[in-house]
Amino acid sequence: MLGFLIQRLMQAAVVMLAISALVFVGVFAIGNPIDVLISPDVTQQIRLDTIARYGFDRPLWEQYLAFLNRLIHGDFGRSFVFNMPVLNLILSRLPATLELTLAAVLGATLIGVPLGMFAGYRPDGVPSRIIMAVSVLGFALPTFWIGLMLIMVFAVQLGWLPAGGRGETVHILGVEWSFLTLNGLRHLFLPALTLSLFRLALMIRLARAGMREAILSDYVKFARAQGLSEMKVVCGHVLKNISIPIVTVFGLELAATLAFAVVTETIFSWPGLGKLIIDSIQSLDRPVMVAYLVLVAFLFIMINFMVDIAYAALDPRLRAGRA
Amino acid sequence: MSAPLLQVRDLATHFFMREGVAKAVDGVSFELGQGEILGLVGESGSGKSVTGYSLLGLVDPPGRIVAGSIKLNGQELVGLPQAELRRMRGRRMAMVFQDPMTTLNPVLTVATQIKYAIGAHESVSAKAGRARAIDVLTRVGIPDAAARLDDYPHQFSGGMRQRVAIAIALLNRPDMIVADEPTTALDVSIQAQILAEMKSLVRDLGTALIWISHDLAAVSALAGRIMVMYAGRIVEYGPTAAVLRAPRHPYTRGLLDSLPMRAEPGQELAQIPGAPPSLAALPPGCPFHPRCPSADAICQTAPATTASGGRGWRCHHPLLDGAA
Ligand SMILES: Nc1ncnc2c1ncn2[C@@H]1O[C@H](COP(=O)(O)OP(=O)(O)OP(=O)(O)O)[C@@H](O)[C@H]1O
Ligand SMILES: [Mg+2]
Repeated sequence: MLGFLIQRLMQAAVVMLAISALVFVGVFAIGNPIDVLISPDVTQQIRLDTIARYGFDRPLWEQYLAFLNRLIHGDFGRSFVFNMPVLNLILSRLPATLELTLAAVLGATLIGVPLGMFAGYRPDGVPSRIIMAVSVLGFALPTFWIGLMLIMVFAVQLGWLPAGGRGETVHILGVEWSFLTLNGLRHLFLPALTLSLFRLALMIRLARAGMREAILSDYVKFARAQGLSEMKVVCGHVLKNISIPIVTVFGLELAATLAFAVVTETIFSWPGLGKLIIDSIQSLDRPVMVAYLVLVAFLFIMINFMVDIAYAALDPRLRAGRA
Repeated sequence: MSAPLLQVRDLATHFFMREGVAKAVDGVSFELGQGEILGLVGESGSGKSVTGYSLLGLVDPPGRIVAGSIKLNGQELVGLPQAELRRMRGRRMAMVFQDPMTTLNPVLTVATQIKYAIGAHESVSAKAGRARAIDVLTRVGIPDAAARLDDYPHQFSGGMRQRVAIAIALLNRPDMIVADEPTTALDVSIQAQILAEMKSLVRDLGTALIWISHDLAAVSALAGRIMVMYAGRIVEYGPTAAVLRAPRHPYTRGLLDSLPMRAEPGQELAQIPGAPPSLAALPPGCPFHPRCPSADAICQTAPATTASGGRGWRCHHPLLDGAA
């Protein structure tokens, strides 16, 4: 197990290095940020000084190495626009995205898996048909449309829920959280629902497919032959068996939603990372873009890593090298 | 003789599919005494497994029991609510399946699976449960059972897995076990071991056993009586020795002739010509007649069962003293 962990960590380091290079070069190609930094009517001398101060006159590889060096020391640079350390900027926005994403993906899983299992257990009943119809909708409707519709119905027409913002927040460990106040929860509900519909559909499909396969398997028949109740057969035997694909997709979706909640955050003016990255692209705020992309890559790798560990915990056959 | 443990009358289990109705079990009757070992043989697809599932009330849709009666200790099982059947499964009747690789849940330890099986019928302390698990695993011949308890199925060999499955089936001391070809997937030496162990286990526990197999030779080593099944019906039954010595039904004769040990070395094995019929489109009359060497016009009508001296057969042209 330890060897496995070390191997995965080394792989992760190599992947991170490659990604940092890709990101750096990619963002470099977008254009010269110097015009954002200084007004066009300064003297040529000031302009050259500024370029030299940021190192924009150096060759690309030298800039990259300098960037890498700073990165290793935890220095992501300063935002051109906000004029503050990028790391602080991103960390101040991360909790908002984190709670939105977790609420959406966790909610989708906790609701979608039981629904999907039910639909797989009784595939021919009316409730199952309704569940499957919901999942088709979840796949078919674009997220932005769902968001706009939810705002129109619940915020504009009915006036039950707010249309944007985070609402009241509570400070814990130096960061702000919405989900701890009723008002914050009300603000969280619509964007989380918007983000979760697609994930809900996915989880329903996965759990249903797993259940349909498992329920015909020999071990289920054998469990029934021992007199186990259907509840015990499903929760004791089947659930653990079908949880591996569910955990995989949970991890992937968590990472992907963290990184790409952009549309939903924009629609609901949710002050998270997505909004930050859109703003930084518009203003060519290079350090923010680079740091964001590196951070996203890092999150992906970390989550994948945890999924691998969860696999080993769930499937004994993958736990090699046990005495 | 006292009343038999199990009494099956005219049992019919059909599968209702779009292509038609498959009569997997069609009018099966037999009895099983307390502690008796009964063999059930027939080619693949003859309805042996479905007979077993029917006894335990485990027929999956689109199949269901459409007629007949199954009495265990005088209690009627056909039509019993699932909740009642569930309480009887494991405790009064149990089943072991063919493929030991798939009957155990790969992601649960043996201890957990045994715990669930005990917990289905009574609540015992974790410690008492473990003690019982170790006891039953030792009984089926698993060495160092205490240490193996927390292993997962993939850490056992095929033969050991089947022993674990047998242990789980025996756990609640059922009156009757249906063993559905439990040794078919194992290699020959292990087959013989498990066969012998199973025989002594059920003798010690007084458990009745229905041993399903397509291998007449294996069954004959075990069962006091056998039934031969063809296309959902029992075509011949009787004491094993008598049936093997002098089969009455041409189908039994055919099965016997295709046994390797009956052939001279180098000689080609006899085979029953043709293939078993589709259960959804059975030929009229005796379902075996298209493949039967003695068939004639009368075989277009269904033969009744002729019973005599503890034996019975369903044939218009029974063989005399096994003559071919
Ligand atoms: N789930 C099912 N759906 C539809 N038909 C089925 C199903 N299970 C069994 N049958 C029908 O019942 C017939 C008998 O099947 P069964 O499994 O009892 O055969 P068997 O004698 O046990 O054969 P084998 O030696 O291969 O195990 C099959 O040929 C098939 O037509
Ligand atoms: Mg079978």
